[in-house]
Amino acid sequence: MRFFSLRIHAPRFFVPGSFPGLSFSGADVLYCGGFPPRKGMVLTMKKLMLGNEAAARGLYEAGVTFASSYPGTPSTEITEYFSGYEGVHAEWAPNEKVACEAAFGASLAGARSFSAMKHVGLNVAADLLYSVSYTGVNGGMVVAVADDQGMHSSQNEQDSRNHAKGAKIPMLEPSDSAECRDYAKLAYEISETFDTPVFLRTSTRVAHSQSLVEEEERVLPPKKPYEKNVAKYVMMPAMARPRHRIVEERTKKLAAYAASSGLNRVIPGSGRIGVIAAGIAFQYAREALGDRASYLKLGMVYPLNAEEIRAFAATVEKLYVIEELDPFIEDFCRAAGIACEGKALFSLCGEYTPAMIRKAILGEDPPVPSPAAIPVRPPVLCPGCPHRGIFYVLHKMKLTVSGDIGCYTLGAQAPLASVDSTIDMGESVSGLHGFLTADPSMEDKTVAVIGDSTFVHSGITGLINAVYNRSNVTVLILDNSITGMTGHQQNPCTGLTLQNQPTHALDLEALCHAVGVRRVSTVDPYDLDKAEAILREELSAGEPSVVIVKRPCALLKWVKRLPPLTVDPDKCRKCRKCMSIGCPAVLFSKETGASIDRTLCVGCGLCEKLCPFGAIEGGQNA
Amino acid sequence: MKKDILIVGVGGQGSLLASRILGALFLSQGLDCKLSEVHGMSQRGGSVVTYVRAGDEISSPMVSDGEADLVISFEALEALRYAHTLKKGGTLVYSTQRIMPMPVITGAAVYPDDIASRLAAYDLKVLAFDAESAAEKAGNVRAANVALLGAASPIIGGTPEEWEAVIRATVPPKFVDVNLRAFALGLEEAGKN
Repeated sequence: MRFFSLRIHAPRFFVPGSFPGLSFSGADVLYCGGFPPRKGMVLTMKKLMLGNEAAARGLYEAGVTFASSYPGTPSTEITEYFSGYEGVHAEWAPNEKVACEAAFGASLAGARSFSAMKHVGLNVAADLLYSVSYTGVNGGMVVAVADDQGMHSSQNEQDSRNHAKGAKIPMLEPSDSAECRDYAKLAYEISETFDTPVFLRTSTRVAHSQSLVEEEERVLPPKKPYEKNVAKYVMMPAMARPRHRIVEERTKKLAAYAASSGLNRVIPGSGRIGVIAAGIAFQYAREALGDRASYLKLGMVYPLNAEEIRAFAATVEKLYVIEELDPFIEDFCRAAGIACEGKALFSLCGEYTPAMIRKAILGEDPPVPSPAAIPVRPPVLCPGCPHRGIFYVLHKMKLTVSGDIGCYTLGAQAPLASVDSTIDMGESVSGLHGFLTADPSMEDKTVAVIGDSTFVHSGITGLINAVYNRSNVTVLILDNSITGMTGHQQNPCTGLTLQNQPTHALDLEALCHAVGVRRVSTVDPYDLDKAEAILREELSAGEPSVVIVKRPCALLKWVKRLPPLTVDPDKCRKCRKCMSIGCPAVLFSKETGASIDRTLCVGCGLCEKLCPFGAIEGGQNA
Repeated sequence: MKKDILIVGVGGQGSLLASRILGALFLSQGLDCKLSEVHGMSQRGGSVVTYVRAGDEISSPMVSDGEADLVISFEALEALRYAHTLKKGGTLVYSTQRIMPMPVITGAAVYPDDIASRLAAYDLKVLAFDAESAAEKAGNVRAANVALLGAASPIIGGTPEEWEAVIRATVPPKFVDVNLRAFALGLEEAGKN
């Protein structure tokens, strides 16, 4: 019989009674095959944890004391969970580059340090990482990067393993929560032994899945002293050249380590089929093929070891590489002259499934029922969302809108349909400068929209460039007092740290003035008339201007939810004006006109303002 | 023994809590268990699915189409959207609550009014009831998720004591009684079938 303990973060639950020989914290909840636990039960202290939670546990156990990250789905919770441990420093940085640089600084000072980001965030941090690969580290340094196969919450599905190869930084890839913890810990051993930063790569399905994890005690390594070492840490050409040679030697040693360390392991099966896989793809392959295949399960996906793979290949008749996204392992095998099948059978795009693998390898394709043809349900701006007001105005004014990354990207969808482009963090501002310089005739009908957190991340430099190079951009900073899309993280504008401790709040208005924007105004996005008037004025100003569009996210706990509005059916003329804002709480039927879903409505009053006949009532916020 | 379950609905309806209760239940039964959740953009009012798998050894955290034993849906249209993920003879438990998706709101699509009859085309056991009303009766409309668990509990297994223990352990103390009542009301619905 197995005996489990499950950690529940909220609420705290105290075990009724105590059991001889077992000790529990107040946060542990006990489960077992029989209750209460009896003498002779085998005790395995396992907890159900998110991959991200387990990675945070691994960091804690490894004695990490410094973490700096920028939120990005699906990586965000690692840093949040880590911040809950005693005796650690965890912070949100303005962007991934700053976060990684701070982590490097902490490493240089001798601490074990950490930074987490999503795949596209790694592009921002890459500047540092390609060079820290050369310098190496003092205290161990690990960078977690979460890929998003299937693009559940991302603008592309780039494969981060290419960055590991490009930067020549070893990369570990866990396939479940237990490995998230194990590999996070092991990554620090590797980092300090081989004098290198280490990547920990996850994916949405590892980061946001829960599976069983066994915890260990924390071991704090002695802090390493900082010692000045110009040849190692000052990367000017004369010093960087020998460091590059060291990196190439290190990569060879790491490839040897990968094969001997137990990180990569062979799981023998009964068949003639061999599979090389890592991460979540390994779980899919295992699910699909079970014992009918042998596996070389890779824990380290960079560097790879050709001899190890060749030895495995010799034990099977047919070798398959099962990897989502790019043919990273497959290309390596082919270059090493190892025959294998991969992308000829499997897609370069999206997520795999066990059924896909069974079909490709075993030819099994049992009929499955087809999905029903029904209306899609895309994500939408929430009821009461502050962005809805400003997008209504932008749509009404028929402006061209240079968009950015955040909840407000949803302003691209019907019926608001007011965003023209969304590429990366900050592009709205810098792209608009290029756009208007190339076509000044668009000056009075084009704006950029960017969230507060995104503006601090990468919008400021674009604004500096626009002022410096004299284009008359109109930039709307949508300040909703939080980083919304990733699930409410504090940022430099909110005046609170990750731990909700008070700190200096960045003054956006003063900042914009300081970079040379003379015209800075603030408006409530629900004050539709004023917002429109200000936009008209700023678009024709003939100089750069910033409009801070300020209203808090409706989901923030301190934002009061007001009573739902109602529709007077006698007054409703079925004009559908209230439908133009795309609120999920406002419904319409040809027979009965408008109605409001009382469970969804938060009483924001925007629809009430738009109704020309006063049919919508009950608003306290009008 | 293997149980493959989907919990589906509209982002923000409380599927995470329901899946965590299930995870706790399966752990208490000594099973291996994996849960796969949705965070981020797809959470904002979109169609969301949480997978719960339990058995002796679980590899993939997700359930393939046509292999689910049970789908629990918080909303009627979402029940139809995920009906094809059930295996033949699988069970669909859903709330008759209707939440309009944006294409319906904008008039680009129509909310189907023949969900029950279209579900009949699949070879399934179906249990439909108004979980919101049940939750309201229990004392809090947000307990609809636990009412649905109550209705699905005969399929999921577990003794009443096990269910009570995991609900007590998973929901905030002040909501325990409401959720236990909601669970019981859901279980009553299962008895009516």
